[in-house]
Amino acid sequence: MFLVLLIVIPLIAGIVAIASQSAAIAKIVGLVASLATLGVLLNVLCIPNGSEALAYSKLWIGSLGANFSLLLDGPGKIATLLTAVSFPIIFIASWNNGYKYGHQFWGLMLLAMAGLMGVFLANDMLLFYFFWELALIPTYFLCSIWGGEKRIQVSFKFFIYTFVGSVLMLIGIISLYGKTPDASFSWKSFTQVALTAKEQLFYFWLFFVAFAIKMPIFPLHTWQPDAYEQSPTTVTMVLSGIMVKMGLFAVIRWLFPIFPEASSQMAGIVITLSIIGVIYASLIAIRQDDIKRLIAYSSIAHIGIMAAALFTKNNMGYEGAVIQMFSHGINIIGLWIVVDYIEHQTGVRKMSELGGLAQKAPNLTILFIVLAFANVSLPLTNAFIGEFLMFNGIFQYSVCAAVVACLSIILGAVYTLGLAQKTFYGEPKSLAAIKSDAPLNVIVALSLIVVMIIAFGVYPKPLFNLIGLVTGAN
Amino acid sequence: MSNLSQLAWLVPIFPLIGFLINGLGRNYLSKTLVGIIGSGALLLSFITSVLIFNKVSAGELLIGEAGVYFDFIKFGSFNIPFAFQIDQLTSIFLLVITGVGFLIHVYSTSYMHEETKAHFARYFAYLNLFVFSMLLLVMGANYVIMFIGWEGVGLCSYLLIGYWFKNNDYTNAAKKAFVMNRIGDLGFLIAIFYLIQHFGTTTYIDIFSQAKTEGSSSLITIITLCLFVGAMGKSAQLPLYTWLPDAMAGPTPVSALIHAATMVTAGIYMIARSNVLYALAPSTMSLVAIVGLLTAVFAASIALKQNDIKKVLAYSTVSQLGYMFLGLGVGAFTGAVFHVMTHAFFKALLFLGAGSVIHAMHHQQDMRHYGGLKKYMPVTNITMLIGCLAIAGIPPFSGFFSKDEILIAAYAANPIYYVIGLFGALMTAFYMFRMYTMTFLGGFRGDHHHLPHESPKPMTFALVVLAILAAVAGFIGLPELFTHNPEGHKLANYLAPVFKDGEALLAKHAHPDHTTEWILLAVSVGLIVAVILWAVKTYKVYKLENDAEPQGFSKILANKWYVDEIYDAVIIKPILAIGDFFGKVIETKGIDKAVNGVGKAINFGSRKFRYLQSGNVGNYILIMIVAIIILVRILFYLPMS
Repeated sequence: MFLVLLIVIPLIAGIVAIASQSAAIAKIVGLVASLATLGVLLNVLCIPNGSEALAYSKLWIGSLGANFSLLLDGPGKIATLLTAVSFPIIFIASWNNGYKYGHQFWGLMLLAMAGLMGVFLANDMLLFYFFWELALIPTYFLCSIWGGEKRIQVSFKFFIYTFVGSVLMLIGIISLYGKTPDASFSWKSFTQVALTAKEQLFYFWLFFVAFAIKMPIFPLHTWQPDAYEQSPTTVTMVLSGIMVKMGLFAVIRWLFPIFPEASSQMAGIVITLSIIGVIYASLIAIRQDDIKRLIAYSSIAHIGIMAAALFTKNNMGYEGAVIQMFSHGINIIGLWIVVDYIEHQTGVRKMSELGGLAQKAPNLTILFIVLAFANVSLPLTNAFIGEFLMFNGIFQYSVCAAVVACLSIILGAVYTLGLAQKTFYGEPKSLAAIKSDAPLNVIVALSLIVVMIIAFGVYPKPLFNLIGLVTGAN
Repeated sequence: MSNLSQLAWLVPIFPLIGFLINGLGRNYLSKTLVGIIGSGALLLSFITSVLIFNKVSAGELLIGEAGVYFDFIKFGSFNIPFAFQIDQLTSIFLLVITGVGFLIHVYSTSYMHEETKAHFARYFAYLNLFVFSMLLLVMGANYVIMFIGWEGVGLCSYLLIGYWFKNNDYTNAAKKAFVMNRIGDLGFLIAIFYLIQHFGTTTYIDIFSQAKTEGSSSLITIITLCLFVGAMGKSAQLPLYTWLPDAMAGPTPVSALIHAATMVTAGIYMIARSNVLYALAPSTMSLVAIVGLLTAVFAASIALKQNDIKKVLAYSTVSQLGYMFLGLGVGAFTGAVFHVMTHAFFKALLFLGAGSVIHAMHHQQDMRHYGGLKKYMPVTNITMLIGCLAIAGIPPFSGFFSKDEILIAAYAANPIYYVIGLFGALMTAFYMFRMYTMTFLGGFRGDHHHLPHESPKPMTFALVVLAILAAVAGFIGLPELFTHNPEGHKLANYLAPVFKDGEALLAKHAHPDHTTEWILLAVSVGLIVAVILWAVKTYKVYKLENDAEPQGFSKILANKWYVDEIYDAVIIKPILAIGDFFGKVIETKGIDKAVNGVGKAINFGSRKFRYLQSGNVGNYILIMIVAIIILVRILFYLPMS
């Protein structure tokens, strides 16, 4: 029952927020609801994996064999925790951002949260698809209405990509549904579908492309830098922090169990593409001048490592990738919070026009430096745990792949420290001078993230306990 | 928990607490208080280290399960504990790090006094964090904890090199140091992955005992090579040394602590710690020796022509580290650790002395504008002279014994090593006394209206203590030649348990007989004295106006063999060009074009899309819900096969 609350609280809050017609009320509703969701989730997380209390099922569309069935497993715990932790932080950090039609803005954010929770909980394919769209559609509106100058073209590109992905997945779902032994959308029925090797490969690609677009994996990534750049930064936080994890999560929850052979067979191709993407995106990131695009490419590189690690299908790669889902999520949200503040203060996002922020904003600088070093996976930050295990997993799969992937720790240092240097160090530039240090709400939001970065970096055991032992790897 | 494990965790915890207090209280604490907290933390750590040293001397060790504090990364059967190992090697490093660290903290309270309150506290917070990381590095019981410390010191080095962050050159130097270290770290990481894959653990004792029974293999060679790549980065060896001279952008006490006495010796610690693995990989050992030797000579040649006092010392450090690797490579593990120790004393002394001079000369670092400072700065003069004598290898100062031990071992391995090594030692003597003479002897060439003066007490205190250590520390490692007693080398005896396995595995080189050794000693000391006299004579009469632009080979040396320029042209520029090519050509003209093509093909969608663009969200939500309902309906009516 608690599981349902995780979806229902943000859903109702979203509707209330939109109905309230007041941005001020919507914000408060949003913060309270997201905190309430977090409270519920923290209770749920104490329940050991595999326990019956972590599953819920009710008949939904009986004639179709679709159930409203939810399940919380190890990776799901990490993904829902990420969602529940991130939204309050995002709300706090964006508290002072005024948006036109604010109530609709906050309401759509909450609807997206409900969709995300649903994606991470759904144990029924139709339900999963429903939540998948529920998460995407509000984001798409958020991006196209509140975005930057080029939002129309960019949302269009975003739309084309996700549309193609969704259609492919839908075709896959419907076809597989026809092949289930008991005409049901349940997870179990889908994993029992009997497929020839060729069919498995074909359907694998239908689903994989949909998930790969979301992650995104090279060369399906070009929507992302544009979308991150043009969306309001608050939305970018959701997109990059949580939404990209949908693709990774779906690989674990659906792709591997339904297509065990095909996913192993295709692992070589996926890992190769992912690692090409890691290096490709890192090299592009080095040459970016726009902070948002730099972080976007940095994120593509990080996600590439996660995808590669998952497809190695060994313990280390798997555990590392799941841990990293959480770490990457909160860390990148932290970076966006800093970017958002800089952009609001100076109106500038180009590093060549910025500089010297450290002099006026020492607190922001300190918090940013911690985030920057988490972004380069320094030990004793949360990102080290995940990346260390992931590289280890990739290494066990192929030494060569690991060596190439590990180049990202060097390239990552180049662009991340370049960002720190050009933005925060040096002398301030007159045109883009920051007036004061970050306000309390920004400091609080960033401090929460920084505390988690170090706490889980020093003592990651709670996260390992949540994941439990490997279920997805074989 | 054993007694020692209760003591061990205190050593790093004091600087960590110091870091937190000074870091968080930077706007509130007075400078005096910050200095007391920062230095006090180190003093407490030093006292604890002495207690630990006494216990270890009495035979108590912290090894294996007893050292485990908590599980760091653990799932299934895979376990990397957060564990410390305290043995003889660690306890020596603890004493050096906390002891020299304490002196440098005291020195800094005076040296950094011009800084504003918050920045002064920031400096001490970084310095304490550095010591914390360095302690983790040497105390860890497995390679992952070592790696944590390894990267931690890299972070602090970055923060301290770029301490004056308004200066873009300085922050560039900081970035360069971190990135170059990361290249080495990549090697270290790969080595850890190999260790995990093959041994299933990263704990030293488990790996070493298993490796010993398995014997040599190409895998061990690969692992040791990868570890050595890490050491090259951290300890500034060819070809990854260029960050260290640039790192002189940091405050001078930082150069003394991080870039001379402690952090840069981490690579030597790593190899000494892994002596069993290296002993099983003779080809890696040879490579270590050759890289060390080449670095020693190469860096010394650059130091000959530098005019910035800190740059001279920086290249000197690179060169001395090369000697330590030479020692490791020829199997003189004790000799290398001995040189780490004596070098920590005399190089910290020289840097602090240089800092004292820079302080007195109002931040002038160019030696051409010094001269005759002997008269104005008596304490700095005497202590620096001791430091120069020690590094040059004049008996009975400490550097003589440690360098001699390495060179004799090199002779035993291959006389050519000795000849090249001695050539480097002569260059060392020359550039050190060039520096000394240009700074302290002759006439004053600076601004006569601002005559220099001796530095304040906290600074001279550190200089005097280090000078005493630099003068006498050699006596803990007297060669058998002098004592006629194999037990005479106290340090070797103390460290014997750590190195016995590695040394047993090594093919023993025939130690040169006593006559040969006497001859080698006499030749080297004689030549060094001659070179010193030559350098003093040449530079005593140095005059700014007589100084011509360097020509020919001097010009190459003055420009550091153009290595930075070569790296820039061969590595950095091409990488940036590839990045541009990916970003501007492939990304926009390749992939995006294809996607837009798909988009145009679905032109229908695009028209509809524009139609959706205005209006309020309520409509959109409505459309969304309708769409979902339609979707479900379609599903319902779709013929199912």
